Amino acid sequence: MSKLDLKNVTVIYPPPTKDTEEVHALENINLTIEGNDFVVALGASGCGKTTLLNVMAGFIQPSGGDVLLDANPIKGPGADRGVVFQQHALLPWLNVIDNASFGLMLQKKNPAERKKIASKYLKLVGLDEFLNHFPYQLSGGMQQRVGLARALSSDPAIMLMDEPLGALDALTREVMQELVLDIWNETKKMVFFITHSVDEAIFVATRLIVMSPRPGRIIKSYNLDFNLRFFKNRDARQVKSLPEFLAVRQEVLDIIHGDEIRIDQG
Amino acid sequence: MSFTNRLTETSKSYLSKLFGRGPVKPGEAYGAPGVGNSMGISIFTSIALIFLWWFITHMGWIRPLFLPSPEAVIAKFVDIWGEEFSGATLWGHIKASLFRVFGAFFLACITAIPIGIAMGVNRIFRGIFDPPIEFYRPIPPLGYLPLTIIWLGIEDTQKITLIFLAVFAPMALSARAGVRSVTIEQIQMAYSSGASRAQVIWHVILKGAMPEILTGMRIGIGFGWTTLVAAEMVAAEAGIGHMVLSAAEFLVTDVVIMGIIVIGAIAYTFDLLMRFVERKVVPWKGKM
Repeated sequence: MSKLDLKNVTVIYPPPTKDTEEVHALENINLTIEGNDFVVALGASGCGKTTLLNVMAGFIQPSGGDVLLDANPIKGPGADRGVVFQQHALLPWLNVIDNASFGLMLQKKNPAERKKIASKYLKLVGLDEFLNHFPYQLSGGMQQRVGLARALSSDPAIMLMDEPLGALDALTREVMQELVLDIWNETKKMVFFITHSVDEAIFVATRLIVMSPRPGRIIKSYNLDFNLRFFKNRDARQVKSLPEFLAVRQEVLDIIHGDEIRIDQG
Repeated sequence: MSFTNRLTETSKSYLSKLFGRGPVKPGEAYGAPGVGNSMGISIFTSIALIFLWWFITHMGWIRPLFLPSPEAVIAKFVDIWGEEFSGATLWGHIKASLFRVFGAFFLACITAIPIGIAMGVNRIFRGIFDPPIEFYRPIPPLGYLPLTIIWLGIEDTQKITLIFLAVFAPMALSARAGVRSVTIEQIQMAYSSGASRAQVIWHVILKGAMPEILTGMRIGIGFGWTTLVAAEMVAAEAGIGHMVLSAAEFLVTDVVIMGIIVIGAIAYTFDLLMRFVERKVVPWKGKM
């Protein structure tokens, strides 16, 4: 079982212009992701969600604190943390299977093995009939599925997803939420998932962290199990209209709304 | 409906197609600028220009000394194909020029593309190469032609160097710009898939820059042809540019025009070839 540990993580950006102060993007973040956690970060723009993900991915060196993956400090990006971006980030000159096996190619796995592993994950995301298509021949949702398969194919300890469904239309988005949950259930990987959508956050999370900007921090944390209820009856709409779901939704919206008033009043 | 009425109706419908604001047919995008196939019109324009040339010369409006007829130019083409003119047959001239232009083009490809990529990905390379390239780039090759002669003499080395310099700058700058067309997500994706820096440059940046590199090659070879005549101005024994210049000295206008047409035809053919290569190598261009 893998474990990702953030201890007192602080990220301070330099002042954007001369007369302004430095930006405290993250302040004293403590977060542990382990086992089969599906952690969702929710919050308004600028609350440090993406900075947090970038720290986990190894793209940003935190100004203070420790980030440990299985007790080893993170020293840059690596294949043990698969990143899924909001924009699909596929390589347009590679077809679907070559995109999905890109990481394996970098790791110099032999072609037969690459193909076998990538096909397995492409089947998992429902693209097994599009192996030879090119990204520009696919819809947005399908492109994002390739991105998922690509991140999965390196068999990372954790999946880091930065608003992976943010660019999709509402219907595709609902289908993709179920797909992400199925993949999580199937692969038993840790997930850190960023979203703007309160419904999406509550639906997919085992742990929901609500974040607030200036300085970026976690203001509320929930342990949820609506995704497990979904696996029982596979009726997402029924789960999303449960009274408990709506209660959490209301509470989260109140927190975010109250927080916005606080920010607006400076 | 009378004939004139019908005529005005037809011309009205054509005009409204050209300038009109009416709704478009299903399947077309309203307001898309310049849609539709222009091949037929291009062929028509070409034929019309040649006809105009033929007509003017046959009416005797311009003396053959200034503008010989198309047939005279074709006849000259056949003549010089086998017979020497100013030191070489036509094929000899073409061979000499092709060697210079493509020699310079090849040298530029193997230097300008790596240097442009290096400038895009590394601040030290950018710092080193930016001032010299940006300084010499706007200088017309005719300006530094005398210097290349003083330094390198009048052999092919000097001619190829002059053309090389003209081709190098646009190709290097295109490759450098191509690096920018790779998105930061694609690069971060590669790193988080376990790529080393060298792998990112090779597998992501170089390939992502291919559309711009190919465009740079097209622009570069264009500059090469432009510079050819300047390169062959001094002490060339063969070459299309040399042939045109010496023909002009003796007012052999049909050879001048024929030479111009040959240069244009070769350059255009090569450009068509490059466009074909572009479609094969970067089929995703403009689609993502």
